[in-house]
Amino acid sequence: MFENLAGPWPWYVAGPLIGLVVPLLLLLGGKVFGISANLRHMCAATPAPERWKPAFLKYDWKKSGVWNLTFILGIFLGGFLAVQLIGMPDAGQHISEATRADLRALGIQDFSGILPTELFSWGTLLSPVGLILIVGGGFLVGFGARYAGGCTSGHAISGIADLQLPSLVAVLGFFAGGLLVTFGILPLLLG
Amino acid sequence: MANQTTTQGSRTTAAGGAATASAAPTPVVTPLALAGYLLIGMYLGIIFVQSEVVSWFRIQEMFRFQSFHMYGIIGMAVVVAAISVQIIKRMGLTSATGEPIKLSPKQWGDSRIPGARYWIGGTIFGIGWALLGACPGPIFALLGGGVSVLIMALLGALAGTWAYSALRSKLPH
Repeated sequence: MFENLAGPWPWYVAGPLIGLVVPLLLLLGGKVFGISANLRHMCAATPAPERWKPAFLKYDWKKSGVWNLTFILGIFLGGFLAVQLIGMPDAGQHISEATRADLRALGIQDFSGILPTELFSWGTLLSPVGLILIVGGGFLVGFGARYAGGCTSGHAISGIADLQLPSLVAVLGFFAGGLLVTFGILPLLLG
Repeated sequence: MANQTTTQGSRTTAAGGAATASAAPTPVVTPLALAGYLLIGMYLGIIFVQSEVVSWFRIQEMFRFQSFHMYGIIGMAVVVAAISVQIIKRMGLTSATGEPIKLSPKQWGDSRIPGARYWIGGTIFGIGWALLGACPGPIFALLGGGVSVLIMALLGALAGTWAYSALRSKLPH
Protein backbone atom coordinates (compact mmCIF):
# COMPACT_ATOMS: atom_id res chain seq x y z
CA MET A 1 0.00 0.00 0.00
CA PHE A 2 2.79 2.38 0.92
CA GLU A 3 5.49 0.66 -1.12
CA ASN A 4 6.88 4.02 -2.21
CA LEU A 5 8.03 4.46 1.39
CA ALA A 6 10.25 1.41 1.00
CA GLY A 7 13.58 1.88 2.66
CA PRO A 8 16.17 1.90 3.68
CA TRP A 9 15.13 5.03 5.50
CA PRO A 10 18.31 7.13 5.76
CA TRP A 11 20.03 7.65 9.10
CA TYR A 12 19.25 11.37 9.19
CA VAL A 13 15.53 10.56 9.06
CA ALA A 14 15.41 7.42 11.21
CA GLY A 15 17.81 8.66 13.90
CA PRO A 16 15.88 11.80 14.89
CA LEU A 17 12.56 9.92 14.69
CA ILE A 18 13.90 7.28 17.11
CA GLY A 19 15.32 10.00 19.39
CA LEU A 20 11.85 11.56 19.68
CA VAL A 21 10.63 8.44 21.49
CA VAL A 22 12.54 9.63 24.58
CA PRO A 23 10.60 12.92 25.05
CA LEU A 24 7.33 11.30 23.93
CA LEU A 25 7.53 8.72 26.75
CA LEU A 26 8.68 11.31 29.29
CA LEU A 27 5.91 13.74 28.38
CA LEU A 28 3.19 11.12 28.26
CA GLY A 29 3.87 9.48 31.59
CA GLY A 30 7.33 10.32 32.90
CA LYS A 31 8.60 7.01 31.51
CA VAL A 32 12.22 6.36 30.63
CA PHE A 33 12.88 4.65 27.29
CA GLY A 34 14.33 1.22 28.06
CA ILE A 35 13.18 -1.92 26.32
CA SER A 36 15.10 -4.74 28.03
CA ALA A 37 13.32 -4.14 31.37
CA ASN A 38 10.44 -5.96 29.70
CA LEU A 39 12.40 -9.20 29.75
CA ARG A 40 12.45 -8.92 33.55
CA HIS A 41 8.75 -8.04 33.61
CA MET A 42 7.98 -11.09 31.46
CA CYS A 43 10.00 -13.36 33.77
CA ALA A 44 8.27 -11.85 36.81
CA ALA A 45 4.88 -12.40 35.17
CA THR A 46 5.62 -16.07 34.49
CA PRO A 47 3.05 -18.18 36.35
CA ALA A 48 5.77 -20.24 38.05
CA PRO A 49 5.57 -21.13 41.76
CA GLU A 50 6.86 -18.19 43.80
CA ARG A 51 9.49 -20.33 45.53
CA TRP A 52 11.15 -20.94 42.14
CA LYS A 53 11.56 -17.25 41.49
CA PRO A 54 14.75 -15.43 42.46
CA ALA A 55 14.18 -12.36 44.65
CA PHE A 56 14.97 -10.10 41.69
CA LEU A 57 11.85 -11.38 39.93
CA LYS A 58 9.51 -10.88 42.88
CA TYR A 59 8.03 -7.41 42.55
CA ASP A 60 4.85 -5.77 41.38
CA TRP A 61 5.46 -6.04 37.64
CA LYS A 62 1.94 -4.86 36.86
CA LYS A 63 2.56 -1.58 38.61
CA SER A 64 6.00 -0.90 37.14
CA GLY A 65 5.79 -2.77 33.86
CA VAL A 66 2.39 -2.65 32.24
CA TRP A 67 3.13 0.58 30.38
CA ASN A 68 6.36 -0.88 28.98
CA LEU A 69 4.82 -4.22 28.03
CA THR A 70 2.14 -2.27 26.16
CA PHE A 71 4.89 -0.26 24.49
CA ILE A 72 6.66 -3.41 23.19
CA LEU A 73 3.34 -4.85 22.06
CA GLY A 74 3.25 -1.68 19.96
CA ILE A 75 6.76 -2.41 18.62
CA PHE A 76 5.56 -5.89 17.65
CA LEU A 77 2.51 -4.45 15.87
CA GLY A 78 4.68 -1.78 14.27
CA GLY A 79 6.94 -4.50 12.87
CA PHE A 80 3.87 -6.25 11.50
CA LEU A 81 2.50 -3.07 9.89
CA ALA A 82 5.88 -2.10 8.46
CA VAL A 83 6.12 -5.40 6.62
CA GLN A 84 2.45 -5.59 5.58
CA LEU A 85 2.09 -2.02 4.36
CA ILE A 86 5.57 -1.24 3.07
CA GLY A 87 7.40 -4.55 2.89
CA MET A 88 10.37 -6.20 4.57
CA PRO A 89 13.47 -4.37 3.37
CA ASP A 90 16.24 -6.31 1.64
CA ALA A 91 18.93 -5.16 4.01
CA GLY A 92 21.42 -7.65 2.62
CA GLN A 93 21.23 -5.82 -0.72
CA HIS A 94 21.60 -2.40 0.89
CA ILE A 95 24.68 -2.91 3.04
CA SER A 96 28.09 -1.90 1.77
CA GLU A 97 29.83 -4.11 -0.75
CA ALA A 98 32.77 -4.41 1.67
CA THR A 99 30.51 -6.04 4.28
CA ARG A 100 29.06 -8.43 1.70
CA ALA A 101 32.58 -9.39 0.63
CA ASP A 102 33.61 -10.06 4.24
CA LEU A 103 30.48 -12.13 4.87
CA ARG A 104 30.96 -14.03 1.61
CA ALA A 105 34.41 -14.96 2.86
CA LEU A 106 32.66 -16.44 5.91
CA GLY A 107 30.51 -18.56 3.61
CA ILE A 108 27.30 -16.49 3.49
CA GLN A 109 25.78 -16.51 0.00
CA ASP A 110 22.19 -15.36 0.39
CA PHE A 111 21.87 -11.58 0.79
CA SER A 112 18.23 -11.37 -0.21
CA GLY A 113 16.40 -10.60 3.02
CA ILE A 114 16.53 -8.72 6.30
CA LEU A 115 18.86 -11.34 7.77
CA PRO A 116 20.81 -14.31 6.41
CA THR A 117 18.36 -17.20 6.26
CA GLU A 118 21.29 -19.60 5.93
CA LEU A 119 21.96 -18.85 9.60
CA PHE A 120 18.56 -17.79 10.98
CA SER A 121 15.71 -20.19 10.23
CA TRP A 122 13.82 -23.04 11.84
CA GLY A 123 15.94 -25.36 9.73
CA THR A 124 19.22 -24.11 11.22
CA LEU A 125 17.93 -23.80 14.78
CA LEU A 126 19.08 -27.24 15.82
CA SER A 127 22.47 -27.03 14.13
CA PRO A 128 25.34 -25.97 16.43
CA VAL A 129 25.77 -22.67 14.56
CA GLY A 130 22.06 -21.84 14.54
CA LEU A 131 21.71 -22.72 18.19
CA ILE A 132 24.66 -20.54 19.20
CA LEU A 133 23.55 -17.56 17.11
CA ILE A 134 19.83 -17.65 17.87
CA VAL A 135 19.40 -19.13 21.34
CA GLY A 136 22.94 -18.42 22.64
CA GLY A 137 22.85 -14.87 21.30
CA GLY A 138 19.42 -14.35 22.83
CA PHE A 139 20.56 -15.73 26.18
CA LEU A 140 23.56 -13.37 26.33
CA VAL A 141 21.41 -10.41 25.27
CA GLY A 142 19.03 -11.13 28.15
CA PHE A 143 21.74 -11.87 30.70
CA GLY A 144 23.97 -8.96 29.69
CA ALA A 145 21.20 -6.38 29.41
CA ARG A 146 19.96 -7.04 32.94
CA TYR A 147 23.50 -7.28 34.36
CA ALA A 148 24.43 -3.97 32.73
CA GLY A 149 21.06 -2.49 33.75
CA GLY A 150 20.00 -1.64 30.22
CA CYS A 151 20.40 -2.32 26.52
CA THR A 152 20.81 -0.15 23.45
CA SER A 153 17.74 1.92 24.29
CA GLY A 154 18.33 2.34 28.02
CA HIS A 155 22.08 2.98 27.91
CA ALA A 156 23.12 4.01 24.39
CA ILE A 157 20.15 6.35 23.87
CA SER A 158 18.45 7.28 27.18
CA GLY A 159 21.60 7.06 29.33
CA ILE A 160 24.03 8.87 27.07
CA ALA A 161 21.42 11.49 26.19
CA ASP A 162 21.21 12.23 29.93
CA LEU A 163 25.05 12.36 30.06
CA GLN A 164 25.34 9.33 32.33
CA LEU A 165 28.93 8.11 32.50
CA PRO A 166 27.95 4.53 33.52
CA SER A 167 25.95 4.30 30.29
CA LEU A 168 29.00 5.29 28.27
CA VAL A 169 30.99 2.53 29.98
CA ALA A 170 28.20 0.06 29.18
CA VAL A 171 28.18 1.12 25.51
CA LEU A 172 31.96 0.68 25.30
CA GLY A 173 31.31 -2.82 26.66
CA PHE A 174 28.66 -3.40 23.97
CA PHE A 175 31.29 -2.59 21.37
CA ALA A 176 34.03 -4.64 22.98
CA GLY A 177 31.71 -7.66 22.92
CA GLY A 178 30.53 -6.97 19.39
CA LEU A 179 34.05 -6.63 18.03
CA LEU A 180 35.11 -9.81 19.81
CA VAL A 181 32.32 -11.70 18.07
CA THR A 182 32.80 -10.08 14.67
CA PHE A 183 36.54 -10.56 14.43
CA GLY A 184 37.14 -13.45 16.83
CA ILE A 185 34.14 -15.73 17.24
CA LEU A 186 32.30 -15.53 13.90
CA PRO A 187 35.38 -16.59 11.84
CA LEU A 188 35.75 -19.63 14.13
CA LEU A 189 32.03 -20.40 14.07
CA LEU A 190 31.40 -19.95 10.33
CA GLY A 191 34.86 -20.44 8.86
CA MET B 1 18.91 2.07 48.58
CA ALA B 2 19.56 5.11 50.73
CA ASN B 3 20.59 7.06 47.66
CA GLN B 4 17.08 6.84 46.27
CA THR B 5 16.04 9.96 48.12
CA THR B 6 13.24 11.91 46.58
CA THR B 7 12.34 15.48 47.21
CA GLN B 8 8.75 14.61 47.89
CA GLY B 9 9.69 12.94 51.15
CA SER B 10 6.19 12.64 52.56
CA ARG B 11 5.78 8.94 52.16
CA THR B 12 7.97 6.11 53.28
CA THR B 13 8.51 3.51 50.62
CA ALA B 14 7.76 -0.10 51.27
CA ALA B 15 10.86 -2.14 51.90
CA GLY B 16 12.34 -4.23 49.15
CA GLY B 17 11.72 -2.12 46.07
CA ALA B 18 15.41 -1.89 45.34
CA ALA B 19 15.60 -1.31 41.63
CA THR B 20 12.31 0.34 40.86
CA ALA B 21 12.65 4.07 40.52
CA SER B 22 9.06 4.93 41.29
CA ALA B 23 9.07 6.02 44.91
CA ALA B 24 5.96 8.13 44.61
CA PRO B 25 2.63 6.29 44.59
CA THR B 26 2.05 5.45 40.97
CA PRO B 27 -1.41 6.25 39.71
CA VAL B 28 -3.14 3.45 37.86
CA VAL B 29 -2.18 3.64 34.21
CA THR B 30 -5.26 4.81 32.36
CA PRO B 31 -6.44 3.08 29.18
CA LEU B 32 -5.84 6.33 27.33
CA ALA B 33 -2.20 6.44 28.44
CA LEU B 34 -1.80 2.77 27.51
CA ALA B 35 -3.13 3.56 24.05
CA GLY B 36 -0.46 6.24 23.88
CA TYR B 37 2.32 3.81 24.76
CA LEU B 38 0.97 1.37 22.19
CA LEU B 39 1.02 4.04 19.48
CA ILE B 40 4.54 5.22 20.33
CA GLY B 41 5.64 1.57 20.19
CA MET B 42 4.03 1.08 16.78
CA TYR B 43 5.73 4.21 15.51
CA LEU B 44 9.08 2.88 16.75
CA GLY B 45 8.50 -0.62 15.35
CA ILE B 46 7.88 0.77 11.88
CA ILE B 47 11.07 2.86 12.02
CA PHE B 48 13.07 -0.09 13.37
CA VAL B 49 12.13 -2.21 10.36
CA GLN B 50 12.30 0.39 7.61
CA SER B 51 15.63 1.83 8.77
CA GLU B 52 16.96 -1.76 8.87
CA VAL B 53 18.38 -1.46 12.40
CA VAL B 54 16.69 -4.83 13.00
CA SER B 55 18.98 -6.43 10.42
CA TRP B 56 21.82 -8.80 11.32
CA PHE B 57 23.50 -7.53 8.12
CA ARG B 58 23.41 -3.92 9.38
CA ILE B 59 24.84 -4.92 12.75
CA GLN B 60 27.72 -6.68 10.99
CA GLU B 61 28.26 -3.62 8.81
CA MET B 62 28.41 -1.50 11.98
CA PHE B 63 30.87 -3.70 13.87
CA ARG B 64 33.07 -3.81 10.75
CA PHE B 65 32.97 0.02 10.50
CA GLN B 66 31.93 -0.20 6.84
CA SER B 67 29.04 2.24 6.84
CA PHE B 68 27.91 5.31 8.74
CA HIS B 69 24.27 4.13 8.73
CA MET B 70 24.00 2.66 12.26
CA TYR B 71 26.30 5.28 13.78
CA GLY B 72 24.24 8.03 12.19
CA ILE B 73 21.00 6.56 13.52
CA ILE B 74 22.21 6.02 17.08
CA GLY B 75 24.10 9.33 17.05
CA MET B 76 21.14 11.38 15.81
CA ALA B 77 18.80 9.59 18.22
CA VAL B 78 21.12 10.53 21.10
CA VAL B 79 21.37 14.17 19.96
CA VAL B 80 17.59 14.58 19.60
CA ALA B 81 16.97 12.79 22.90
CA ALA B 82 19.61 14.86 24.72
CA ILE B 83 18.23 18.18 23.46
CA SER B 84 14.70 17.08 24.36
CA VAL B 85 15.73 16.04 27.87
CA GLN B 86 17.47 19.39 28.42
CA ILE B 87 14.40 21.30 27.24
CA ILE B 88 12.11 19.21 29.48
CA LYS B 89 14.41 19.69 32.50
CA ARG B 90 14.92 23.43 32.05
CA MET B 91 11.26 24.17 31.44
CA GLY B 92 10.33 21.93 34.38
CA LEU B 93 7.67 20.19 32.33
CA THR B 94 5.42 17.57 33.90
CA SER B 95 3.92 14.61 32.12
CA ALA B 96 0.43 14.48 30.66
CA THR B 97 -0.60 11.92 33.26
CA GLY B 98 0.68 14.11 36.07
CA GLU B 99 3.63 11.93 36.96
CA PRO B 100 6.90 13.71 37.68
CA ILE B 101 9.58 13.61 35.00
CA LYS B 102 12.81 12.53 36.58
CA LEU B 103 15.71 10.53 35.25
CA SER B 104 17.37 8.66 38.08
CA PRO B 105 21.17 8.79 37.85
CA LYS B 106 22.72 5.38 37.25
CA GLN B 107 24.67 4.15 40.27
CA TRP B 108 28.27 3.03 40.09
CA GLY B 109 27.63 0.20 42.54
CA ASP B 110 29.65 -0.89 45.53
CA SER B 111 31.88 -3.52 43.97
CA ARG B 112 35.63 -3.48 44.50
CA ILE B 113 35.82 -3.53 40.70
CA PRO B 114 34.63 -0.04 39.70
CA GLY B 115 31.61 -0.07 37.41
CA ALA B 116 31.85 -3.85 37.06
CA ARG B 117 28.22 -4.29 36.08
CA TYR B 118 28.52 -1.80 33.24
CA TRP B 119 31.59 -3.10 31.48
CA ILE B 120 31.19 -6.80 32.25
CA GLY B 121 27.44 -6.81 31.65
CA GLY B 122 27.90 -4.52 28.66
CA THR B 123 30.47 -6.83 27.09
CA ILE B 124 28.24 -9.87 27.61
CA PHE B 125 25.37 -7.96 26.01
CA GLY B 126 27.60 -6.95 23.09
CA ILE B 127 28.57 -10.56 22.44
CA GLY B 128 24.90 -11.51 22.32
CA TRP B 129 23.99 -8.48 20.18
CA ALA B 130 26.58 -9.37 17.52
CA LEU B 131 25.70 -13.09 17.49
CA LEU B 132 21.96 -12.56 17.25
CA GLY B 133 22.18 -9.31 15.29
CA ALA B 134 19.30 -7.90 17.28
CA CYS B 135 18.91 -6.15 20.61
CA PRO B 136 15.66 -6.50 22.61
CA GLY B 137 13.56 -3.93 20.68
CA PRO B 138 14.34 -5.40 17.25
CA ILE B 139 13.54 -8.92 18.54
CA PHE B 140 9.92 -7.80 19.02
CA ALA B 141 9.81 -5.86 15.75
CA LEU B 142 11.15 -8.84 13.78
CA LEU B 143 8.67 -11.18 15.46
CA GLY B 144 5.88 -8.85 14.39
CA GLY B 145 7.39 -8.76 10.92
CA GLY B 146 7.04 -12.52 10.66
CA VAL B 147 10.56 -13.78 11.43
CA SER B 148 9.07 -16.46 13.65
CA VAL B 149 12.30 -18.26 14.56
CA LEU B 150 13.17 -15.28 16.77
CA ILE B 151 10.67 -16.59 19.31
CA MET B 152 13.54 -18.93 20.24
CA ALA B 153 15.83 -15.91 20.66
CA LEU B 154 13.21 -14.32 22.91
CA LEU B 155 12.98 -17.51 24.98
CA GLY B 156 16.79 -17.48 25.17
CA ALA B 157 16.72 -13.87 26.33
CA LEU B 158 14.15 -14.70 29.01
CA ALA B 159 16.32 -17.63 30.15
CA GLY B 160 19.30 -15.26 30.28
CA THR B 161 17.33 -12.74 32.31
CA TRP B 162 16.22 -15.50 34.69
CA ALA B 163 19.81 -16.80 35.00
CA TYR B 164 21.05 -13.31 35.83
CA SER B 165 18.30 -12.90 38.42
CA ALA B 166 19.34 -16.19 40.08
CA LEU B 167 23.08 -15.35 40.06
CA ARG B 168 22.69 -11.66 40.85
CA SER B 169 23.91 -11.79 44.45
CA LYS B 170 27.10 -13.58 43.40
CA LEU B 171 28.09 -11.20 40.61
CA PRO B 172 30.20 -8.06 41.06
CA HIS B 173 28.15 -4.89 40.52
